[in-house]
Amino acid sequence: MSNVGIVIVSHSPDVAKGAADMVRQMVGRGVPLAWTGGNPEGGLGTSVEGILAAIDSAWSDAGVAILVDLGGAETNSEMAIEMLPAEQQRKVVICDAPVVEGAVMAATEAWGGSDLATVKRTAEELNREPD
Amino acid sequence: MIDAQVLLFHAAGLHARPVVTLTKLAKTFASRVLIAANADGPWTDAKSVVKVMRLKTPANAHLYFRAEGEDADAAVAAMVTLVKNDFVGGPE
Repeated sequence: MSNVGIVIVSHSPDVAKGAADMVRQMVGRGVPLAWTGGNPEGGLGTSVEGILAAIDSAWSDAGVAILVDLGGAETNSEMAIEMLPAEQQRKVVICDAPVVEGAVMAATEAWGGSDLATVKRTAEELNREPD
Repeated sequence: MIDAQVLLFHAAGLHARPVVTLTKLAKTFASRVLIAANADGPWTDAKSVVKVMRLKTPANAHLYFRAEGEDADAAVAAMVTLVKNDFVGGPE
């Protein structure tokens, strides 16, 4: 069984790595996981190349859910998705959720074998009022 | 329908890590698995990590489990055992 992969994109490599550490410790190793953060010069920022490498690293046939922090992380993630082959593009989504909490929630959902749409919905459920 | 109750003694209550462990265990069963902080509900889907997190159950409260389906007995027994074992020994 291949579980949905999780990619964490933050302007800060420390934040991205820290969020990934939380996922690993809380959810375990049953979910493909990768993080990227910082620009190629070592400062704060995100890069399309880094995001593409993270998507590749966390790739799963079930798809990849990306968690982003602010502005450029989202636009660069969108650009990275556009650069993927068409058959891969359909299997990558950006979650509208807080990066740390969303990553843990998405990974927990992915661990159980849920499909990509369900994983995205679970991460985004954080932003919604309870039923 | 299988019911059980168990005392939650985990010092920090049902905080993030126990919730993830509990949700993962619930997901390993085919049955519908429900959790509540009161015997008469409201009942929450124990497989929904976001919904279980919202319970915010404190330590020394009772948790109630209910399951419906082919493996309901095993599901409720496993959930109770996990809480009794202080969330140690859940699925990897």
